[in-house]
Amino acid sequence: MFLVVIETRDGKVKKSSLETLSEARRIADALGKDVAAAVVGPGLDALAPEIAGYGASRIHFLENPLLARYSAQGYAGALSLLAKELAPEVIFFSASAMGKDLSPRLAARLGVSLAADCTRISVVDGRLEFTRPIFAGKALLSVRLKSSPQVTSLRPNVFLLGSPTGKSADVIKKEVAIDEGSIRGQVTEILGEKGGELDVTEAEVIISGGRGMKGPENFELLRELAAIIPRSAVGASRSAVDSGWIGHQHQVGQTGKTVSPNLYLAFGISGAIQHLAGISSSKVIVAVNKDPEAPIFKVADYGIVGDLFQVIPPLKEELKKILAE
Amino acid sequence: MNIFVFIKRVPDTESKIRINSEARTVVEEGLNFILNPYDEYALEEAFRLREAKGGQVTAVTIGRDEALVTLRKCLAMGADEAVLVKDDAPESYDGLRAARTIARVMEKKFPSFDLLLFGKQAVGADNSQVPSMVAELLSLPQANVVTKLEIDGAKGVAHREIEGAVEKVEFTLPAVVSAQKGLNEPRYETLRGIMAAKKKQIPVFSLEELGLAGDALQTQVEITKIDTPPARQAGKVLGGSPEEAAKQLVELLRREAKAI
Repeated sequence: MFLVVIETRDGKVKKSSLETLSEARRIADALGKDVAAAVVGPGLDALAPEIAGYGASRIHFLENPLLARYSAQGYAGALSLLAKELAPEVIFFSASAMGKDLSPRLAARLGVSLAADCTRISVVDGRLEFTRPIFAGKALLSVRLKSSPQVTSLRPNVFLLGSPTGKSADVIKKEVAIDEGSIRGQVTEILGEKGGELDVTEAEVIISGGRGMKGPENFELLRELAAIIPRSAVGASRSAVDSGWIGHQHQVGQTGKTVSPNLYLAFGISGAIQHLAGISSSKVIVAVNKDPEAPIFKVADYGIVGDLFQVIPPLKEELKKILAE
Repeated sequence: MNIFVFIKRVPDTESKIRINSEARTVVEEGLNFILNPYDEYALEEAFRLREAKGGQVTAVTIGRDEALVTLRKCLAMGADEAVLVKDDAPESYDGLRAARTIARVMEKKFPSFDLLLFGKQAVGADNSQVPSMVAELLSLPQANVVTKLEIDGAKGVAHREIEGAVEKVEFTLPAVVSAQKGLNEPRYETLRGIMAAKKKQIPVFSLEELGLAGDALQTQVEITKIDTPPARQAGKVLGGSPEEAAKQLVELLRREAKAI
């Protein structure tokens, strides 16, 4: 049996959790296994139909008022009790911010190793082989886990979201026992949440700027593009971030975020090796740069050699037209 | 405050990575090694806390003798002490193995401490799992990917980066915190620091004396393959005026690439 840990935010299931569930379902189908899901936190059982639709045949809602807010200690405690009860062969997480925080804690509590931030899972001789980028994508590492349960996290935006079915699931609501004293660190507030602003790791389209943007004010041009493209986010190269033009949470590359959007638009980015590694799993790359020798053109599916300030205005108009179709 | 910072020697981020696919390893020959960039933020934060509250900063790493150079850099930047846990094993990509080693060092050699600081990940292995695992093994609270840290007595408040927002995490000390870019601006080594670091004794602990010899650290991660991803090919360069190129691009993105 596979167990998928479902993450919620503001009472909604995170898309990356549904991607993870979809992939777990695909592997389970190939191997003839069951898929169960676990949701941590009180009062979330209304999410059952959605989770069932993406392939969980049994859903465990782990409830306790102490789990209303995220804490690695509390969540790992609740999930470890469930894992001991169900003895799943594999526990899947999304490698979201929470998944990256929580999955190692749970793995350590269960005394097992973790295959983190995977971009491919294959079945070889009936065993799972986990492939994950190392060196921000300059190389790919494939591993098997010898410990049981196998714990893994899947990179957001990489695995295909399944089509929801009308299937239902067994719903099991459980009040978990948690010792309040065991939680010595907890989220108390979520700050700066901008309605609808996507993180670059979750965006389907990333509009990125580099040194060629010339200054912080010009990032407004990229934000304007982002405003008209659905599920898009603004990214930046390291040099733009280090110049203080935009916050580091937008940085893409080896000391920023490794991204896998459908479309990566690079404006005024020359393409240092660290940056190219971070965007290598993008499906389509577009580069606009004045320098025809810029390394970014070696990896771009489409390139425009020219002044980005002259290209962006007509590009914006053309995008508006086609997106209105 | 008694602060420990766990650091790692990693290949420079500008490195081209070559693979020995038979040995299933990254070829080290020709690589330039540096202090993991995220560890610089962890060290800087430790120095700032020491400056504000007094105390001591110890840099710790696990690895071969080559890691002594990286530890000396930490001393030159301002660490009071440095410790090497000698482990000649090749990179295992097994976070639990590293976490068990760190937990054991702390239990056996440094049972009293206030804060364990890490970089949010070591570039290269890109695992992002050791800090949480150490926190679990030592039953400590954790705050990862931190961009702001405040300590007041036995209480800490950290801002941690999540998708499109920031989580405020409140915790009690001792605790594990991992640093993200943006936490601070790391300092450089000083000439005086470099000179002093050269003379400093760095204690070296063996896995044997930590009780971790033999099968205690047997890795549970079996490497089946390391390879490089298929190289991307250069695509079409669109010519004409900016207007023509923009129009062509949008057409291609819709009809050919189906990306918008």
